[in-house]
Amino acid sequence: MIILTNNILTIEQLKKHFVTRQGIVKAVDGISFSVKEGETFGLVGESGSGKSTVAYTVIGMYKPTKGKVLYRGKNISQESKKRSQALKKEIRIVFQDPGTSLNPARSIRQILELPLKIHNLSRNHKDIVNKIEELLKMVQLPVDYIYKYPLMIGGGEKQMVAIARALATNPSFVLLDEPTSALDVSVQAKIINMLIQFQKKFNLSYLFITHDLSLMRNVASRVAIMYLGKICEIAPASEFFKNPLHPYTQMLLSSISVISDEEEALKPKKIISKGEIPSPVNVPPGCSFHLRCPNKMDICSREDPVMVEVSKGHTVRCHLYTNTHV
Amino acid sequence: MQKDSRRKEGLFRKWEDIRRYWYKFSRNSLSIIGLVVVCIILFAAIFAPYISPYPKSAGKFINFYEASQPPNSAHLCGTDVFGRDVLTRVFFGYRFSLMMGIVVLALVVPVGVALGLIAGYYRGSWLDTIIMRITDIFVAVPPLILALAVCSVLTPGIFHAMMAVSLMWWPWYTRMVYGIASSLKGEFFVQAAEVGGASRGHILFKEILPNCIAPIFTKMSLDMGWVILIGASLSFVGLGVQPPTPDLGSMVADGSKYLPDQWWIAVFPAFAIMLVVLAFNLLGDGIRDMLGAKGG
Repeated sequence: MIILTNNILTIEQLKKHFVTRQGIVKAVDGISFSVKEGETFGLVGESGSGKSTVAYTVIGMYKPTKGKVLYRGKNISQESKKRSQALKKEIRIVFQDPGTSLNPARSIRQILELPLKIHNLSRNHKDIVNKIEELLKMVQLPVDYIYKYPLMIGGGEKQMVAIARALATNPSFVLLDEPTSALDVSVQAKIINMLIQFQKKFNLSYLFITHDLSLMRNVASRVAIMYLGKICEIAPASEFFKNPLHPYTQMLLSSISVISDEEEALKPKKIISKGEIPSPVNVPPGCSFHLRCPNKMDICSREDPVMVEVSKGHTVRCHLYTNTHV
Repeated sequence: MQKDSRRKEGLFRKWEDIRRYWYKFSRNSLSIIGLVVVCIILFAAIFAPYISPYPKSAGKFINFYEASQPPNSAHLCGTDVFGRDVLTRVFFGYRFSLMMGIVVLALVVPVGVALGLIAGYYRGSWLDTIIMRITDIFVAVPPLILALAVCSVLTPGIFHAMMAVSLMWWPWYTRMVYGIASSLKGEFFVQAAEVGGASRGHILFKEILPNCIAPIFTKMSLDMGWVILIGASLSFVGLGVQPPTPDLGSMVADGSKYLPDQWWIAVFPAFAIMLVVLAFNLLGDGIRDMLGAKGG
């Protein structure tokens, strides 16, 4: 049954486990969320929380262990080689490090003409060159970069090329896997602005994966926090910064570094973050966050809390809010 | 008009690329020496009938009046016991040495590289296991020994020698390319091509192969020297090129009987072997420097 919604991407109880010598790594362990048409959905988490695994599963680099990935109501929980070319044209990805996502042995021209050729987006040789030049202009790179190789250009410029490659097929949905975390701060702002601009211009939907919570305030319409393969809290971005509910979210927000007192006043009360994210091989029993949680209760080490909707669109997975506390 | 300027721009970039490559190659003067010597040897081998002083000496030719002459103005490298000009025979000898090297590499490189790419890309699958275990078997047999066996069981000759060496040589390319391909397989640019809908052929030959070019070319240049050496060794023991066709290996073998009195008969061909192997090694180093890293 296909339910008509304006959700472009829906993820239902997605699990991705890896079998390793140390044991089963539960990189993603039963998460659900949906991305609405035209919005930016922010997925935030520490390193090792499994946020990139979510992106790789959506794009088809991994097959989900369990659960479903739905694109416009259609199940796409398979590996990329089993997916249709039309789907590969619709869903695109920008990887974290442009240094490794662009082939050093291929020129910018070869990199950008590949999606055009695969999806038959241009009729002839001249048309391809014109389209590539258009793409370069779009990401504000000089047209003569067409002859350069990735190693000859800067990190930010490489990421522009990677974005141009993703947008070359006129996609509807773009996965941004920490697109700015490998770059200088000055370049980061430029790329973020460009991404926002493209979203309006081409009516794109983004799944924006990052560990930079402060970035989400300006970019995302809704934010989900991931911890050890599970989502702790989903909320609209404004609500999220005003009224964070999960202790982990509060901890993350209070650890954002600020420069002025006014900004400091906006932050929730200081919660000293303690400990590190545990290994996903030995996930603690009960709530996986209880080892670091300042509000730990007896129940936390025994039972894993379930997602509850506290207010409209704001869901949280914590025993503080499960029954009587709401 | 615009198209024309674009074409010019493209040509200009190509020229720029060539200049950059030449700069990297020429930073080491030894590689230039290697290149020059290889070019001279190639020239001498190709045009041997026209530039060698006594082309007749390459065939069935006997002139006892001029036998066993030490190096002099008429015969720069002297003559052998049949009165044949040693320099001429070295030029002609290079023809077979180089031909052996070129034919063996032309057979070995495409096969070895293709198998390495496939096995590396499908690392962990049954295809990888089959290809790499077969490779292991072939690596275990030394090429020279197999060539000796083949040439002594079948008729001795350059054809059988080339086949035998080729049969044993491809696994080295497979192994080398396998190593590179299997590590590149996980790189994000390969993943990006995959999830973007590129074909297997594109990924293997356009994404992975260009990153293997530098080690392949370097190894080819070094192997050229090795194959020539094996060819010469086979001729030395009489299993390669058959007399009276001149070959560097058989010339050394024949000449060694007259050492040390008529040293020039053996020493010049031996020096020629050393020169060609050394030149290809130096050239290989230069190619490695040149293709090492793009950009800059």
